Amino acid sequence: MAISKTNKSKVVYTLLAWSISGMLFFPILWTMITSFKTEAEAISATPSLFMFEWTLENYTDVLARSPYFEHFLNSVIISLGASLLGLLIAIPAAWSMAFVQTKRTKNLLMWMLSTKMLPPVGVLIPIYLLFRDFGLLDTRLGLVIVMTLINLPIMVWMLYTYFREIPHEILEAARMDGAGIKEEIFHVLLPIALPGIASTLLLNVILAWNEAFWTLILTAANAAPLTAFIASYSSPEGLFYAKLSAASVMAVVPILILGWFSQKQLVRGLSFGAVK
Amino acid sequence: MLKKLSLLLAGAMTISAVASAETITIATVNNGDMITMKSLSNDFEEKYPDIQLKWVTLEENILRQRVTTDVATGGGQYDVMTIGTYEVPIWGKQGWLTELDGLGESYDIDDLLPAIRSGLSVNNKLYAAPFYGESSMVMYRTDLMEKAGLTMPKAPTWDFIREAAAAMTDKDAGVYGICLRGKAGWGENIALITSMANSFGARWYDENWKPQFDSKAWKNTLEYYVDVMDKYGPPGASANGFNENLALFQTGKCGIWIDATVAGGFVTNEKDSEVADKVGFALAPDNGLGKRGNWLWAWTLAIPSSSKKSDAAMKFISWAASKGYSSLVADKKGWANVPPGTRASLYANPEYMQAAPFAEITLDSINSADPKNPTVEPVPYVGVQFVAIPEFQGIGTAVGQQFSAALTGRMTVDQALKSSQRLVERAMRKARYPK
Repeated sequence: MAISKTNKSKVVYTLLAWSISGMLFFPILWTMITSFKTEAEAISATPSLFMFEWTLENYTDVLARSPYFEHFLNSVIISLGASLLGLLIAIPAAWSMAFVQTKRTKNLLMWMLSTKMLPPVGVLIPIYLLFRDFGLLDTRLGLVIVMTLINLPIMVWMLYTYFREIPHEILEAARMDGAGIKEEIFHVLLPIALPGIASTLLLNVILAWNEAFWTLILTAANAAPLTAFIASYSSPEGLFYAKLSAASVMAVVPILILGWFSQKQLVRGLSFGAVK
Repeated sequence: MLKKLSLLLAGAMTISAVASAETITIATVNNGDMITMKSLSNDFEEKYPDIQLKWVTLEENILRQRVTTDVATGGGQYDVMTIGTYEVPIWGKQGWLTELDGLGESYDIDDLLPAIRSGLSVNNKLYAAPFYGESSMVMYRTDLMEKAGLTMPKAPTWDFIREAAAAMTDKDAGVYGICLRGKAGWGENIALITSMANSFGARWYDENWKPQFDSKAWKNTLEYYVDVMDKYGPPGASANGFNENLALFQTGKCGIWIDATVAGGFVTNEKDSEVADKVGFALAPDNGLGKRGNWLWAWTLAIPSSSKKSDAAMKFISWAASKGYSSLVADKKGWANVPPGTRASLYANPEYMQAAPFAEITLDSINSADPKNPTVEPVPYVGVQFVAIPEFQGIGTAVGQQFSAALTGRMTVDQALKSSQRLVERAMRKARYPK
């Protein structure tokens, strides 16, 4: 009786998990399917899921009209650059907050996180003027700096949570053996916290890849990443859904692949310290 | 050996020419005519090998946000900007645009349609070159009109439109008599309803900038709009903008569609439209008050004052907005694809008039719109379907939300107008009008 009850709840949970996954994945699936339709079919009042004339025309049009690989390269450089630079700053910051705590550490952390609550448009003009004056408009370096600053609070917070799970005694032992701060961080802390660091890196790559406010405002022709590539396919006068879908698929596929191959690492890192 | 050397020298010279070429950045909107311009821009680069072009193509709202930020802060990211007739008078007055006084004689400024030229000039100085212009018109299904036993006049009244919409509606067959914009936004439902309101004798402000939504004329306008859409419009109309109505019309779901003249090319395009051979055109309706319900809009090319390459930018504009460019498009893509609504010479061209069955209506509509006297009574503003003041984007969208709520039935017409009056009064007080 007890076994059948367990089995029943397993079935229910599995069905629930599949339903939620299906609901989450459906918009992506729909975008993928739309990308193979004609523009007229894409906006039809009675859309078809699979029974339509499949075409690759949208992909060839998009590739002919836009320098996809330039945008792709910009996205890779900006998201990876910002995440690596962010890690360089976030690791020592999180180390000090986790292992050299003061009574204001928690407040400091909360203050850092609170900057994420500010609507980006609130600081648009000052940042734009700073970028103009420092010659950073439409440069990858400028975007790397801005993405680093935007995601830094999350990186510090995540790393702080991981580091807190590491027993202090291990670091103390290293210190007793004569390790300096550098050795302590690089030879003791980092190897232990590697899953957490990897998931922080991955999550921030994804966040920077998807960011679509600053990347659109601060770039023009040279540093525009894939978000600008997608934005160029929406039109107020004329049908565009199929081409927009093709552009969206081309923009999200790389990050989907990255997420797929690193999902184990991501889940492991994100659930690190969740269960005690 | 000598041959190799001369080849090397030629190669080096080409490389150095490319290296010394000036690059200009053009921000443009993702519309068919702009994409054609981009695809034909090799012609410009061949004529001006010392100028290279970089394109930034964006959706209208994102483009507006980006170029506004850039021009207001003097960012200098763009050398040529695609902006609309709403921005030009405001930015021209602010000194954010370079006067286009170097376009050359071949540009033939006197060939521009007077209504378009007037909307792009500040103190008689041209601040943007029109790339394509549009008004609005009635598009209707000739077969459904015939079935209903009606004939669409060239210049219908709003009463006739109601009668025709009623006669064409067959909800069981999924055919709706009329499709109008319902999506909230200053460039969406407000463009249509403000144009309609002009023909009902309504205006946004009186001469002292006092909002006028408490007037009888506004009540008549909104009551008409909500009533015909409720009785003869498609379901979910409050979410419909240009593209949604285009799709409905192209698939035979609409009897009448009143929208941008640029749609004429889409609905008669046999590749996408199921009703391509059954479409007729007429002027936007009126109420016998001397103003028709048509708007006036142009996408234009302008040079921000912050551009450091204004000479090269000027050369580009004089190429893209020229008569020569029209001939180039006609040669490569056919006359029907030439950017419409900017030059009188295009409408004197029999080949174009034959290729575009909606050309005559477009020209008449553009000529009848007057941005400085848009409605029956005098107004203190410029603009037919908008008010060319910086606050209008916000105010227009807020009012559009009230009108959209009236369309869905969440508000009555009276409530929507009362609420609009209140919010516009508040916004004008805050902005310290009259200035």
